[in-house]
Amino acid sequence: MGQVYRRMQRYSLLNVLKAAPRANTGWGPAWRTPGLQRSYDVVVIGGGGHGLATAYFLAKKHGVRQVALLERGHIGQGNSGRNTQVTRSNYFYPVSSSFFDHSLKLYEGLGRELNFNVMLRQGGQINLAHTLHDLEVMRRWANAIRMNGVDAEMLSEADIRKLVPILNMKSRYPILGGLIQRRAGISRHDAVVWGFARGASAHGVDLIQGCEVTGFRKSGDRVTAVETSQGAINCDRVCMSVSNQSSVLAGLAGFTLPITTMTLQAMVTEPIKPILDPCVISGSIHAYVSQSDRGEIVIGGAADVYNSYRQRGSLAVTRGVLAAVLELFPSLSRLKIMRQWAGAVDITPDTSPIMGLTPLRNLYINCGWGTGGYKAIPAGGDTMAQTIVQDKPHPLIGAFDLARFERGALVDEGAASGVAH
Amino acid sequence: MLNIPCPYCGPRDETEFTYGGPSHVTRPELKSTDLEWTHYLYHRENTKGPYRERWLHSFGCGRWFNVLRDTTTHEILKVYLMGEPGQSIESVR
Repeated sequence: MGQVYRRMQRYSLLNVLKAAPRANTGWGPAWRTPGLQRSYDVVVIGGGGHGLATAYFLAKKHGVRQVALLERGHIGQGNSGRNTQVTRSNYFYPVSSSFFDHSLKLYEGLGRELNFNVMLRQGGQINLAHTLHDLEVMRRWANAIRMNGVDAEMLSEADIRKLVPILNMKSRYPILGGLIQRRAGISRHDAVVWGFARGASAHGVDLIQGCEVTGFRKSGDRVTAVETSQGAINCDRVCMSVSNQSSVLAGLAGFTLPITTMTLQAMVTEPIKPILDPCVISGSIHAYVSQSDRGEIVIGGAADVYNSYRQRGSLAVTRGVLAAVLELFPSLSRLKIMRQWAGAVDITPDTSPIMGLTPLRNLYINCGWGTGGYKAIPAGGDTMAQTIVQDKPHPLIGAFDLARFERGALVDEGAASGVAH
Repeated sequence: MLNIPCPYCGPRDETEFTYGGPSHVTRPELKSTDLEWTHYLYHRENTKGPYRERWLHSFGCGRWFNVLRDTTTHEILKVYLMGEPGQSIESVR
């Protein structure tokens, strides 16, 4: 256990009651804002969920004393604050399944681990089958998931009608059945980011916001220092978890990655009363829909087709996603879209992540999450922290190394984004 | 939505086009190493800024062409034909 530097103010019923007579003015900031030191044991680049979780587990589980987390802007303002909050582990290949189920299990205990309510609600996730072919593929998928020791159940048309009464079963895309993972669900993405930030800070991690990495100083195949907008930082080990900027940072470090940065959009409607418990996904028509605890209907779809760092989607794709969603849920047609936004996602050729070692001896990478990194945050942090400390890949991520492309050992996970590829 | 100036048909909405990924990717020699082959198959230029890419006017003339487009602003800097040498921000200005 790392030393707890500043006593974290616990969130508990007792402390809520204590704060009440003072009109809740007694709560301190959730994390420290320390100055940047000139030297660290580990520098984690990227203040999204994965970077924060990595820093948290480095300090808490492995007792690494000097950890800095560098974030160019503010923590959690990239893809960690732009995703659709879905957590699930219904993957096809055993290597994916064991990693993502580890993540789901960590999510199931995350509120307690972080002393921060991440509002996990396991309402399940249903994948819809619109054709007999869909059904066949889904049966095979369901069997694979169960063989991997993860829960999955085939649903009949009647089951789905009961679970999601507002679905239009006889639309242009008739619903013949589906697949459910009941342990899947949604949680609050900001809470996950803030919880890990608060926990990491309490265990001594220096969270440095507004600090952009501009280069790496190298000696042979080792990084000796990270150059930033706030000066150079000497370090023993570096972890890069910068999602859509991975190719840019890898370029600064002197290697290339099999990553394409593209746009993924999402949108929410005005809040309404609870009508949708599970998350509903249709892979064939590229749409997924869930309802947040605030009552907003959260809608996502396929990525925009071309390379982009813009974080702004095309109206043509927005329109396509909404047309598909309204065909499935005609009763949502009168709702107003309250917000629409986009993130820049890092897509790999096989839609599986890239984690572990790089051509540089003491630089570790965690990227390539594409359209589905949120669900992997706790396991990504847990496994990367061990990988960095032991300088060898954690057993759960061995198959996701960068060198797999050279070996031809791709993990072509069509289930990764929940939509057809 | 992009408004792409097809060199054959003029400016059209992006929905008429199919994206073809990066331009000027050359296949390595047969005697290339595994690493070179890996780079050819999987590693892609993922430029933040002016990027050379191919587009197909699927619902139009049906012809391929190259575009130099800034991936941070979506501004189309140059449209040039297949077979022409790769353009860069310097050659455009």
